[in-house]
Amino acid sequence: MAPVIQTVNLTHVYSPGTPFEQTAVDNVDFAAERGEFIGIIGHTGSGKSTFIQHLNGLLKPSSGRVLFNGEDIFASKQKTRETRFKVGLVFQYPEYQLFEETVYRDIAFGPKNMGLSDEEIDRRVRDAAGFVDISEDQFEKSPFDLSGGQKRRVAIAGVIAMKPDVLILDEPTAGLDPMGREEIIGNIVRYHNSGENTVIFITHSMEDIARIAGRLVVFSKGRIFMDGTPKEVFSRAEDLRSVGLDVPDITLVMMKLKKLGLPVDDSVYTVEQAKAELLKLKGRGKDV
Amino acid sequence: MNVIIKAENVDHWYGEDDNRTRALKDISLEIDEGSFVAVLGHNGSGKSTLAKHFNAILTPELGKIYVAGMDTSDKDLVIDIRRTVGMVFQNPDNQIVASVVEDDVAFGPENIGMEQSQIRPRVDAALMSVGMYEMREHAPHMLSGGQKQRVAIAGVIAMRPRCIVLDEPTAMLDPSGRREVINTIHRLNRDYGITIILITHHMNETVGADRLIVMSDGEIIADGSPKSVFTRVDMLRRAGLSVPDTTQLIYLLRQEGFDLPLDALTVDECAAAIYKKFA
Amino acid sequence: MFKDITMGQYFPGNTLIHRLDPRTKLVLTLLYIIVLFLAKGIWSYAVMLAFLSVCVILSRIKLSVLLSGAKPIVFIIIITGILNLFYTKGEHLLFRVWRISVYLEGLQTAGFLILRILLLICCTLLLTYTTSPLQLTDAMEALLNPLKKLRFPVHELSMMMSIALRFIPTLIKETDKIMSAQKARGADFETGSLRQRAKALLPLLIPLFVGAFRRADELATAMESRCYHGGEGRTKMKQLRMAAADWAALVSGAALTVAVVLLRRAG
Repeated sequence: MAPVIQTVNLTHVYSPGTPFEQTAVDNVDFAAERGEFIGIIGHTGSGKSTFIQHLNGLLKPSSGRVLFNGEDIFASKQKTRETRFKVGLVFQYPEYQLFEETVYRDIAFGPKNMGLSDEEIDRRVRDAAGFVDISEDQFEKSPFDLSGGQKRRVAIAGVIAMKPDVLILDEPTAGLDPMGREEIIGNIVRYHNSGENTVIFITHSMEDIARIAGRLVVFSKGRIFMDGTPKEVFSRAEDLRSVGLDVPDITLVMMKLKKLGLPVDDSVYTVEQAKAELLKLKGRGKDV
Repeated sequence: MNVIIKAENVDHWYGEDDNRTRALKDISLEIDEGSFVAVLGHNGSGKSTLAKHFNAILTPELGKIYVAGMDTSDKDLVIDIRRTVGMVFQNPDNQIVASVVEDDVAFGPENIGMEQSQIRPRVDAALMSVGMYEMREHAPHMLSGGQKQRVAIAGVIAMRPRCIVLDEPTAMLDPSGRREVINTIHRLNRDYGITIILITHHMNETVGADRLIVMSDGEIIADGSPKSVFTRVDMLRRAGLSVPDTTQLIYLLRQEGFDLPLDALTVDECAAAIYKKFA
Repeated sequence: MFKDITMGQYFPGNTLIHRLDPRTKLVLTLLYIIVLFLAKGIWSYAVMLAFLSVCVILSRIKLSVLLSGAKPIVFIIIITGILNLFYTKGEHLLFRVWRISVYLEGLQTAGFLILRILLLICCTLLLTYTTSPLQLTDAMEALLNPLKKLRFPVHELSMMMSIALRFIPTLIKETDKIMSAQKARGADFETGSLRQRAKALLPLLIPLFVGAFRRADELATAMESRCYHGGEGRTKMKQLRMAAADWAALVSGAALTVAVVLLRRAG
């Protein structure tokens, strides 16, 4: 079976033919399988935001192709429009796009545009709200009266309600406090576990993404700089730093310990893994 | 030491009649001039409300705030208070007034009617102190988030304040922008002796502070050196905050019976402490 | 779709024209427009054309760039030209096709009119191409300053203008972003009847306005905390200064006026 979403030699050039010409995405080959949870990292200007806007056809590549289930999404206008619903994209600070009078109607905006029946829309709104912990007694409220974290969860529900096969989120935790971050991450993981969907999660936070993603893709200068499991990626700490990215503090601690002479695995990246590694040293590894 | 800001039993409410919430509950504190104070708390803990009291954007409903001895509820002193305590806000886009970097930095000095010949040197010095002098003729919308925040800081510096309050200045920035801003304010504190009050919810940014105040539900629930505050892992959790991963690791190892110091905050300190016990 | 709009249309440079005080340029442009309406006959138009040509050459703005700025109103120019050509009656009949007669006088009127419109556009474009919007705002404030005595809110007006200029790029970016976000939820801004399209704009306009108000609110707080309290007692870092070149430019403007008035009499 073809990958659920794939790019072939994808290139995007902004303002071609002017002094401001800039290649934002440079010949990228990328493929995501069904059920994957992929983290995309890269500093500002690395091209990652431009890249993901091609996956649902919002941006047209300067050259190269985007395939959804093996079919070119730009084959026809109809095809591009269908892809919008199958590849859901949640932008940065999505709470600023809320506009309806009620929470319910805002979540229903996407499904309505899909031309679904009223019953189906209702079912989807309720399901989507459930994923992001928005209770039914909030349905008739104005979205503008909610707290910052709630607004953002409503906006995410608005995309989940389209039941996309691929859900892409551009820094969904930006600007939130630790509790707000945990809530959103929990919601997204729950949604991912609910079916065969693919999640692509863009973030700056190594700590957050390392815990939840099975695969990390690192962007730099419009290209894919690294692609592998978190363990593989974080084991190349020097390379990450060379493109202006941080390494999780835990990895740094373990690298330091290894340098000092302790026989530990320095590619671990979560507190729990580090604890297990250290306990192994003391011969107490079995219970973890 | 000189006290620059003093709060006495400050109370503040938000909302109308029936719907009033008490955002600040009987807050009293003193901030020493020249210190670097971090205020930590989850969203809605009252930390931003408190910050806005420090330069008279808000005035207390009960209690008093004194800035360098000036009562903030005295309307005639507002300009002097704001010259003494400058403020930098969260969204870098919504605090830059002019279309050219240097014109924006000049905005404050122009407002206080500074003599024309003095403005230019002040603006240049302020831009140099945040490392933005080279970009003085740029348009703000062409800058990165971190650069915009440094311009905003320069705009405050140009008025030569004794204290700068920064209300979540890094919340909307990427890691490198965050580093730029944090390094800049540490340098201003160190080199110019400017008092810094940094409001944040990023634990890691508080590590270098002299003092850490933790707020929750409108109250101060912890106040001390970052090292002493971070040892209270359970209390921080209850306040909806997390501790740095390094502290968390040591905390978990202590639960396993290893006697490690909870105040090992930095990566180096943490590694050194663990090495001592595990080697 | 909004990215292609270049706002302000300012082309930075360091020519004599760029360096002139913005007040000089503003006054000269206004004067030029007034004189343009006094011009009559081939000689006065020739003088007007020569004057602007010298300015354009000095500014090093390419003629093609200048004329491309006039593109949006080419249609209007052509229509006015044609109407004048056909509807001006005179003594010297040139030719007659069906019921339409074209007279020499018509040809002249149409020619002068087109030239007048072109000169009008080019002189205004030259002003905006060589003067930053900020300088223009400053100049306007300075020139309107006497009106302060009549309680006209000069400072407030210019502050509003400069803040608007500052936020236009930000709002354009935001519009683009909200548009993409709603498109990602299947919003369709491009097809349907006029009514449908107007309705489709709500998901764009509402968040845009909510956002603009939020920004305005935050900006007001930030300005206040930077000691802003209106125009009273305010100083300026960049004071406008008249140099020798400015006086020379104003004198040449006066000379142009005199010349055109005299030629008008003669012609």
